[in-house]
Amino acid sequence: MHSTHRRRLILFIVVGAVLFYFSSRVGILRLYQGSTVSMYVIAIGSIILLTGYSGQISLGNGAFMAIGAYVAVLSQLYLDLPFFLTFFVAVLGAALAGLVLGIAAARLTGPYLAGATLALAVALPSIANLFPVLGGEQGLGYDSGNAPSLFGEVARFKWLFWISSLAALITCLLLQNILKSRYGRAWKSIRSNSVAAELTGINAAKSKVLAFVLSAGIAGLAGAVLTMSLGTVSPSAFPLSLSFALITGAVIAGISSLLPGSLVGAVVLVGMSQLVGALTTRFEIGDVLAQNLKELIVSALLILAVVFTPNGPGEKIREMRDHRKHHSHGGHR
Amino acid sequence: MEKLISASLIGLSQGAIFALMALALVLVFRSTRVVNFAQAGQAMVSTYIGWEVVTRTENYWIALPAAALAGALLAAIIETFLMRPLAKRASHGAIAPVASIIASLGVLGVLHSGAAMIWTTEQKLFESPVSVNGIEIGSTVYPFSQADMLIISTVVIVMLTFAFFFQRTSLGLSLRAAAFQPEISRLAGVRVDRVRTIGWALSGAAGAVVGVLVTPGNYLSPFSLDILLVYGFVAAVIGGLESPQGAALGGLILGMSLSFTSIYVSSGLTFIVPFIVLLLILLVKPKGIFGGGSSRNA
Amino acid sequence: MSLVVRNLSVDHGAIRAINNLSFIVEKRRLTAVIGANGAGKSTLLRTLSGLIPATEGKATWGEHNLLKGKAEQHVRNGVSHVSEGKSVIPELTVEENLDLGALWRRNKKEADATKKYVLELFPRLGERLKQRGDTLSGGERQMLAIGRALMSKPQLLLLDEPSLGLAPLVVEQIFQTIRDIANSSDLTVLLVEQNAMGALKIADIGVVLNLGNIVAIGPSADLIADPAIRAAYLGY
Repeated sequence: MHSTHRRRLILFIVVGAVLFYFSSRVGILRLYQGSTVSMYVIAIGSIILLTGYSGQISLGNGAFMAIGAYVAVLSQLYLDLPFFLTFFVAVLGAALAGLVLGIAAARLTGPYLAGATLALAVALPSIANLFPVLGGEQGLGYDSGNAPSLFGEVARFKWLFWISSLAALITCLLLQNILKSRYGRAWKSIRSNSVAAELTGINAAKSKVLAFVLSAGIAGLAGAVLTMSLGTVSPSAFPLSLSFALITGAVIAGISSLLPGSLVGAVVLVGMSQLVGALTTRFEIGDVLAQNLKELIVSALLILAVVFTPNGPGEKIREMRDHRKHHSHGGHR
Repeated sequence: MEKLISASLIGLSQGAIFALMALALVLVFRSTRVVNFAQAGQAMVSTYIGWEVVTRTENYWIALPAAALAGALLAAIIETFLMRPLAKRASHGAIAPVASIIASLGVLGVLHSGAAMIWTTEQKLFESPVSVNGIEIGSTVYPFSQADMLIISTVVIVMLTFAFFFQRTSLGLSLRAAAFQPEISRLAGVRVDRVRTIGWALSGAAGAVVGVLVTPGNYLSPFSLDILLVYGFVAAVIGGLESPQGAALGGLILGMSLSFTSIYVSSGLTFIVPFIVLLLILLVKPKGIFGGGSSRNA
Repeated sequence: MSLVVRNLSVDHGAIRAINNLSFIVEKRRLTAVIGANGAGKSTLLRTLSGLIPATEGKATWGEHNLLKGKAEQHVRNGVSHVSEGKSVIPELTVEENLDLGALWRRNKKEADATKKYVLELFPRLGERLKQRGDTLSGGERQMLAIGRALMSKPQLLLLDEPSLGLAPLVVEQIFQTIRDIANSSDLTVLLVEQNAMGALKIADIGVVLNLGNIVAIGPSADLIADPAIRAAYLGY
């Protein structure tokens, strides 16, 4: 048990070192995309934990991202916290909001939870307009700080990439450990058979709330990372389509696959922007088409994924292999 | 007193809209156990069809059935070519409980972006056949127009038609039976798949009527009906998500809560009210007012 | 017309519920399939009525292949199935439950005649036409389920455990009714029962199933007389 933990830790440190090395070898665009991918990895991880493991669905993780983002900004503005502490506060704030909704939603599954979180996602932006302290449509600024002087002069985008990829690495490490722990197993057993799970002494309601709170907290971190790279927070940064994009990212590579699932999903989402950009210039697509092409492709991808590889391409490949085996056996009989 | 009358009248008109949207969701949910989050998108596309008709013919009364027909057709296509195969393909694994919700989000995204490509995101005006100005009684102008009366009467007519259809016709009986007990219905000879498609088609038509009723006085854009999905969902949950009568009552309750809070408290609260009402209902009476089902684990 | 089952096998996932079953039910005969829980009796009926797919084998009713097509099509071919546990729809009224069985019939006059026949058969249902299905007693519900199946004017009636959960007196009454229906109309009946003695008493032919295999088949009087069958399945 402990040795796998240590091995995982070493692996993540190695990956971190590799990323650190490459951060000085690539251009600004790649660094910016790297930050966005990291943000998506965290946010998609929150969905994979919630949906892929505990079997709940949230259409409002974009809203928890917004809560995390605003908490981070406010704690910097009014408490003068250093920026890395604002991340912690963001996680706590979003988790707290998740706790409130999670307790209310503990008895709900499937469509009810989806609807409740959808209502939250719709309600939240208007709260920003309701309280002047949140800065309304304009939003509030966020100072993402500079690298410590021991690194010398560090370009802004490189610094942003460092922070977001570090946040993503730590999130993945923690999530991986949680999902492989007894909590992860409990979620899985509740999802497949809640009655049987209760009989083995698992408190299904508590476990579900725990998953919801963790998911909200992680989404809050993603929100803070997003705000850091934007340098500002406003309601328009968290549209409903963001929540939907996260679900697409989580479904594409299999809803129960944290790694490489969340990374694949994040790369697809970011790559899609670039692909659409390239297509637009290459084929001189008109503005109207170009602006909506990305959402069209992402949504179509979501539909295709859920119909053709509902539990991810990994399962599909296993299935096809089993099928073939079965057939060749049948031939011998 | 004027405030009270105004709040009640607005509540009635809004409630009628929410009720019809809730009915659209209920029709789909009780026949296929799917909460169709694409409903707003389907209604929006149907309303654009209505808008195309109205700009060509300048006749609202042709646009309304045209949109309803388009809505029915679109819904039937989504059910036949996406939801039905999906139910068979994604029946196991982590995705199974949420597959239909996820698919409906995908449909919503496709409809949003597709509509934006075809009709742009520019706001379109949709003329009302009747006056949208408040009615004047004595010296006071009430925020209640002929258009509101049109909304209420159309919704009442549609609801009564549905009620007659479900209670008094053979097809209505098949629909109810298939919704309650698909297996027994099959054994009795009901073509359950076909009946489910019809359920979706009716729902699509109801959603289209919502769009064509609510758009005059407002405007039309690919996203303009999305908020109605939330209101409709909340209204449907108040009514128990399976009962058409519940949907009607839920719509009315939500419409009244919204108009009273916005007139007596603050109009800035309109987006938050449904969320709070939903949480209250789920905490106090999780099965809804008309809910008879044993659990929410559908 | 007869029901012919040849080498029929049905799998539930990795478990073989029915294994290589073959038998024939002659027209107008009442055949009882008995056996313990898990013997594959319900699976057999559900396969014949098109609710679940077969793995291998053949099953035909006259010229109709019972292993092809959906349950709703089988009804149109004259096969009615009363599934286990009083298969009525509790949310619908008694009359609606009955009407449901004849919705597909084009000739409404004939359907009305069938309804009259069913209500003569079960006068208690006639008194409760406007009541919801869930207000009925267990016995009445079973009558309604059978009545609903008869509304489709079947030639082959598949009955799954009609005695389940009913009081002994009511069971006797239901069995008698089933025998009467078989006698009076042009109907072939396949009856699946755990109440082996009751079923064999009214049946012409008995089939004994164990773990998906046929262990005995023959005139029901012979089965009742067989000491081995008596000891293993009839309890004395």
